[in-house]
Order: sequence, then structure tokens, then C-alpha cells
Amino acid sequence: MRKRGWSGTGQWIALQTILFKEIGRFFRIWPQTILPAAVTNALYLLIFGALMGQRIGPIHGIAYLDYIVPGIALMSVITNAYSNVVSSFYSTKFQRHIEELITAPVSEWAVLAGYVGGGVVRGLVVGAVVVATAGFFTQLQVAHAGVLLAMGTLTAALFALAGFINAVYANSFDDISIVPNFVLTPLVYLGGVFYSIELLPSWWRTVSMGNPILYMVNAFRYGFVGVSDVRLDVAFALIGGLIVLLLTWAYVLLRRGTGIKS
Amino acid sequence: MSALLLRDLRKTYGNRLEALKGVDLEIPEGEFFALLGPNGAGKSTLISIVSSLVNKTSGRVEVCGYDLDRDREAAKRCIGLVPQEVNFNQFEKVANIVINQAGYYGIPRREAIVRAERCLRQVDLWDKRNVVSRQLSGGMKRRLMIARALVHDPRLLILDEPTAGVDIEIRHSMWEFLRSVNRRGTTVILTTHYLEEAENLCRHIAIIDHGRIVVNRRMQELLAEVQTQRYTLELKYPISQVPVIEGYAVEREDAYTLIAEVPPEGGVHGLFTRLAAQGIEVQGIRNGSSRLEQYFMRLIAESGDRDGAGAAA
Repeated sequence: MRKRGWSGTGQWIALQTILFKEIGRFFRIWPQTILPAAVTNALYLLIFGALMGQRIGPIHGIAYLDYIVPGIALMSVITNAYSNVVSSFYSTKFQRHIEELITAPVSEWAVLAGYVGGGVVRGLVVGAVVVATAGFFTQLQVAHAGVLLAMGTLTAALFALAGFINAVYANSFDDISIVPNFVLTPLVYLGGVFYSIELLPSWWRTVSMGNPILYMVNAFRYGFVGVSDVRLDVAFALIGGLIVLLLTWAYVLLRRGTGIKS
Repeated sequence: MSALLLRDLRKTYGNRLEALKGVDLEIPEGEFFALLGPNGAGKSTLISIVSSLVNKTSGRVEVCGYDLDRDREAAKRCIGLVPQEVNFNQFEKVANIVINQAGYYGIPRREAIVRAERCLRQVDLWDKRNVVSRQLSGGMKRRLMIARALVHDPRLLILDEPTAGVDIEIRHSMWEFLRSVNRRGTTVILTTHYLEEAENLCRHIAIIDHGRIVVNRRMQELLAEVQTQRYTLELKYPISQVPVIEGYAVEREDAYTLIAEVPPEGGVHGLFTRLAAQGIEVQGIRNGSSRLEQYFMRLIAESGDRDGAGAAA
């Protein structure tokens, strides 16, 4: 009785539909989604890099501006991947058009991949815009393109998943701003974006090693300038483990219908 | 084959509200089926379970032969749902809403565009295809949800109060459209508060009350049970007293209006003759309430009496 062959092809088309819808959404409202990151980060680069950076001096033998560009770019990847999914999926719940997906034969994996994919694309697009903006201030070199792309994509995926889980639990628009403002921003700023942890007192350095964003920023920076405060294999193992954890969590929530079904 | 088969379907919400208390229902393919009931009877819960919006507590749901638990994808592909409240992206263009819906059902984009055009033309919304959906009127939004529900050619179309808040002209054109959908072989399940709508459209009816199906039969059989017709009579001259007419129950609404229940053996002609004999001249006549409405009101009143008696006991 089952119509054979639908499941794989059908799910792939459904995934593409969700993904293109998500990408179309943030490109359509680019003054809200892409432009602010370019402006804010140009100001960071101007003030912290070009103006103050000359007085700060090099870190690990690298000009301060070149040192902070990767961290600032990854900070944009993280916040944009997260905010894209949390706001889009929560709006989908709020406006009730999540019902379109629940009633359709779309698998939980396709829903998850579509939304997370949208967040990853936005994170990478904004990250690329920030790097392009940095080109006005410095001549950036790419030391290890593979590491750069892999860490950028995995970081975007991790925070897109985190945004998805936040949206599933959220019951109001306040709930989708608490985590980015009070958890994500402090972790990012204390994750070695603007400094090397070698500059920190030993106790603070030890505390910083518990911040997963530190590993991502350093691995991403290694892709650009070839130096890192942490071991690359540890960074990749950590982000891989966290992705598996959040992916499983998000899948279980969708499967149970948490936050979207009675 | 059954378009929908429910066996001992139960739903208890987290607040211990028992919305469905063991519903058994079978709707054959090709049927135009009315599911009626007062507010809070369990209609929306039943529809939400069938369309996967609500998890059932226990029981079995089969859609076009596919078990909703074991063959979820196949069962879902058979259903098109028009919900009671607007549930599309109000910031999306009309055409995109329908095209995306087709995509969720695994229809390739090129074919989805063709189907979206066909469905939007059928509901007279093709010229609004590039309009952002929140700018549509209430009636247009309802028609958009119908187009969206039909884009994947469902075998079972479920409409939860599709004409609520829609003006009479659009309601009648929607009726005609739904009849044509049913004639093409799609099973239609309709919930509505307009009993005239159910009486006009549906061939079979189930009434749900307090989470149980209390009536499930052919519309004609049910209507045949309601022997009397209720009419409102507009009088040419005012009257001060209710006329007494043997064989007819007559009430006075005001000086110029009478409500009469007309039994089949007497008929309207007999009523007019007797009124004329008393010097009462009728200027106009209209249907007071539909037979289904009379039946429904009586049933719900009896159900209320039973509950009241139960509570008192």
C-alpha cells in the first residue's frame, strides 16, 4: 500500500522547501539581518583594531587587528546563526504556521535540517560580510582554509541548533532574547575574541578553558593566522560532541511535539 | 475502503479534561460528511488528532487504509486540512504559501507552481497571487486555506468551520466549490455551526457531544424524523391574541409576526386556510429554522437534561 520511493525524494524536496524559504526570508529583510552586522563590526574593527590596536601591539607576533578579525567574524556567525533560527522558528509557532509542517508528511529530520541549514547559511553569509569588511582595514591571509570553513560551518550549526531548542521551549518573545543576551553574549566576549588567554591571570585562564566558545574562536583564528591557544583536535572533538548532543535533544523535542502539540 | 476509521479514540488533556471518551467512527470514501456538536463537544480535538496536530491518548486512527501510528507519512499525504483559524505566514505572498505547502508534500517546485496556479484559480485568488497574505480579506484568507489544502490532491479534505465569518455570497460559492471537489471523488468532512450548511451539503451526519458520538446516520433519515416544519409568518394587519388552530402549534412573536409549526399532514395550505377563516391575512412567509437545527437543538437539550439528572443524582 505504501507508495514506494516517496519518503527519500519527498523528504529531500520538503527539506529544500524549508531551507529555501528560510534563506529567502533573511535575504528579503537584509537591512535587519545582514547590514547591521557589517556596520557594527566595521566599528569594532575601526575602534579596537585600527585606532586602539596600534597602541595594544601584536599578540603571538600578529598585528592586533589581524588577531581580532577572526574572533569578530565568528562572533557574528554565532549570533546570526542563533538569532535566525530562534526568531524564525518561534515566529512559526507564534503565527501557528508550524501547523503546516506538523500536518504534512515532513520528517523531523527534514524540519530540523531546513531550519538549522537556514541558520548556518545566514551565519556564514554574515561572517563572510564581516571578513569582507575587514578587508578595508587590513590585508587578511588565510593559513588553513579547510580548518576555517569546517570550524565556521560547525559553529554555525551548533548555535543554530541551540537557537532551535530555545525556540521550541519559548512561550513569549522575551524567552527568545534571554539566552542571547544573558548567556551567549558574555560567553562570546569572554571567549577570547579580543585577547589571548595567555594574557589572563592563571585562575581566570582556568575558568576560560571551561568556555566552549574559546575553543571555537581559537580554532577559527588558526584557520586565518595559524596560531591558537587551544589544541585543534580538542576543539573539533568538543564541537562535534556538542552538535551530537543538541541534535539529539532537538530531534527528541520535535518527535514528542514539545511546545508545539497538546 | 474507509476514508477515515476511528476506533475507541480517547484524548485526555494535561488538565485532566477528557475531550474524547472512546469515539468509534467510520466514514466511507467519497462521502460528504458533517461532524456537528456544541462548543467544547470534542470536534476540534477529533480533527486535530486525525491531522496530527494533537497527540491521542489511546485508540486507533486509520486514514484511507493507513494507520496513523505505523504509516504516518502515507496517512498524512491523504489529508488536506482547512483549520478554523488562519494559520499561514501572514508575511508571505499568497502564491508562495501554496507552493511551499506543495513542497512539504514532496511535490517538485516546477510542478508545485503549476498546481498552485490551478488551485488559486479554482478559489478565485489567482489575481492576488503576489499580494502579501495579511492584506487579504477574511473570506479570501479562508479561500487561500482551501487552495493550500488541495494543492497535494488529498483524498480526504477536512474543513473545520470553513465559512465562519464569511458573507452569504462567498459562502454559497464556497458550497458550490466544495460540492465540485466532492464530485471529483474527494471525501469531505465538514464541521460547522451553520446547520443549514450541513443540511445543504452533507449526505451523512455525526453529532458529537461530551466527547462521544451520539448520532451517526444518513442525513435524509435524520431529517425524515423531524416531521414538522417551522415557519415565520408576516401578517398584513396586527393581532392582539394568539390564534388557536387545531393541529398546529402557533406562537405570537409580535403584533405582526407568528411562528407556526406545520405538521406534514396539515401542510402550509391548511394553515393559511384556517388563519384566513379567523380573518388573519398572511403577507409573507419564511423558514423559521431548518429541520436539522430543530433536531440538533432537541438532541442537545435532551443531552443537557440527562447530564443535569446525572449531576443531581
